[in-house]
Amino acid sequence: MRIDRRNFFRVIGVTGAALTIGKDTIATPKNENEIEFNGILYDSTRCVGCQTCEYSCAEANHLPEPVDAPEIGVLRKTDESRRTVINGYNTSKGEVYVKRQCMHCNMPACTAACLTQAMHKTKEGPVIWREEKCMGCRYCMVSCPFDVPKFEYHSPNPKITKCDMCYDRQLEGKLPACVEKCEAEALVFGKRRDLIKEARRRIHENPDLYVDHIYGEEEAGGTGFLYLSPVPFEELGFNTKVQKISYPELSKGFLYSVPTVFVLWPALLLGIQEATKNNKPKIEENE
Amino acid sequence: MSNMDSFTIAKDQENKNLWRFLLSEFKPKGKIFTPFNIISVPIMILGLALIVIRFWKGIGSITNLTQEVPWGLWIGFDVVTGVAFAGGAYVLTFMVYILNMKNYHSIVRVTVLNGFLAYVFYAGALLLDLGRPWNVINPIIGNSFGTSSVLFLVAWHFLLYMIAQLIEFSPAIAEWLGARRARKILSSMTIAAVIFGITLSTLHQSGLGALYLMAKDKIHPLWYSEFIPILFFVSSIFAGLSMVIFEGSISHKVFSDQISEKNHQAHTKIIHGLSKICAGAMFAYFFLQVLVFVHGKHWTMLNTAMGYWYLTEMIGFVICPMLLFFFSYRKNNILLIKVASVITMVGIIINRLNVSVIGFKWDAASHYYPTWMEIVVTLAVIFTEIWIFRWVINRMPVLRDSPSWVKNIK
Repeated sequence: MRIDRRNFFRVIGVTGAALTIGKDTIATPKNENEIEFNGILYDSTRCVGCQTCEYSCAEANHLPEPVDAPEIGVLRKTDESRRTVINGYNTSKGEVYVKRQCMHCNMPACTAACLTQAMHKTKEGPVIWREEKCMGCRYCMVSCPFDVPKFEYHSPNPKITKCDMCYDRQLEGKLPACVEKCEAEALVFGKRRDLIKEARRRIHENPDLYVDHIYGEEEAGGTGFLYLSPVPFEELGFNTKVQKISYPELSKGFLYSVPTVFVLWPALLLGIQEATKNNKPKIEENE
Repeated sequence: MSNMDSFTIAKDQENKNLWRFLLSEFKPKGKIFTPFNIISVPIMILGLALIVIRFWKGIGSITNLTQEVPWGLWIGFDVVTGVAFAGGAYVLTFMVYILNMKNYHSIVRVTVLNGFLAYVFYAGALLLDLGRPWNVINPIIGNSFGTSSVLFLVAWHFLLYMIAQLIEFSPAIAEWLGARRARKILSSMTIAAVIFGITLSTLHQSGLGALYLMAKDKIHPLWYSEFIPILFFVSSIFAGLSMVIFEGSISHKVFSDQISEKNHQAHTKIIHGLSKICAGAMFAYFFLQVLVFVHGKHWTMLNTAMGYWYLTEMIGFVICPMLLFFFSYRKNNILLIKVASVITMVGIIINRLNVSVIGFKWDAASHYYPTWMEIVVTLAVIFTEIWIFRWVINRMPVLRDSPSWVKNIK
């Protein structure tokens, strides 16, 4: 009995410790004053829909070249063979193109969801996927508010695919492929804070050209990809229901309650067990 | 010295006997061509073939899963619903070992066995759904602890709870093998395993609901609230007990030769008592649902197709069986209690699927429906579980009384 009890508490201790660490991880605020993430500013007023970003992305990631072109009214989606797409929209201010890819949230839902840390928010800013850790549970896909991670359903060795902001190129000191090749200068790479300043400056200097909103500044707790648009974002098919606080906040309350339950429940149960030890069968019959 | 020798020889002899005993136990007992076998075997073989295809050609080859709906029947039904049904084990161990309600003692073993097998097989079904199942040890061995993930917690709790349930059940295995010393040691661990098991169950029954907390924009508002974890936990109480009533009624027919006269008679009383607990738990659940609904302010949504579906679930599958449990308890009508338990189980299936599949991306252009192959694999998993269940029941003292030596070593 002594051994079991000791074992019992050891297991509780280990698990409790693991769970407490979990709490700390999620509680650490990614304070922007301490960490400066890289990001990309996309200005849809400059984008001409030439698909150069799609081609350069395919080349950089060894993916097949795009086979279709953006068309008004047709919604092209990213999938396991393309990590970014351009779509055209008919808006109140005419034709507008929008590039789509991973938003690289400051506090990503996919990273909080991942139980193996395969989805990882790097200190540089890009959210990357690590093949050797992933077990393919697809919880990242369930959690991502932008439906970004894609899964290779027809492979026996499937991967999760999504834009990684060309993390490897960034480490080599190069620009992300799409930014480097964009001739219209619709894409700007830089520190997120500088990009927000730049976006504000553009809105300030051309208030008639832009709507007064930087999509990604606050959405989902802030994202690494920032968007400028000439029309309200719902006209461009953006998820405008997205909440302003980060998505991991939603499960924080539950995760916080875990250590409490783990400590209080066994004590409570032992107490009840002790109290009912001498129950006579007669009393129980009423239950 | 000679003492030692004879001891070793005796031990060798014992080992040999044990092997022979195990070999004989692995042979089938009873008739081979029963209706259940005739139905289940082809489905199990077909399921196995489909599983081979799944690992050869990828998950997409036999499922309808899409990039927008990455979790389908195998998670929504096998895991999320199956684990709710397995909740009977923690509720009953709570009643018997913690509250000392000894009247229910005769069904603890079969319920724990059921719970244990459910976890083994539903966690097993989870492996089928994992794209890269060879990495499943990553969150366990500690090179990549994703501790901020609800799924990390659920995975660990599954594993630990399986161990706890195995310990709770292990005295029956020891009795089967005639291992007296082992039985003594194992049964002394029961209380610790029970307390640990109930704590784990509280957390992972609610944790299964908490998995969906981050999918806020994707689940229909009538089913999404920050209280999903609590609703999942409370509903697992009557889901598990309904399963106990349902499974017990079948077991008492199929394995009636195993059950002593005394336990046969006690069973009616047990079902009667459980119906009251079910009614109470369902009332608490319904009350919570009403609170959540009122706070959610989704009145206008009731007058939509999904709203009618929501009302069907709440009225037809919560209030109705709750009242049925209550009245059949008052009238002591065992048949109606069994009917109520079946309605409750259907309601739990509907509720879990509403959160995980039906209400998930309800507004998307295309919906997910499982393929017949997903359903066959699910059935194959359930049938395999029943086969193992039957195998154990026919060999170990689960439904029948423990061997007489057990009383002497106490």
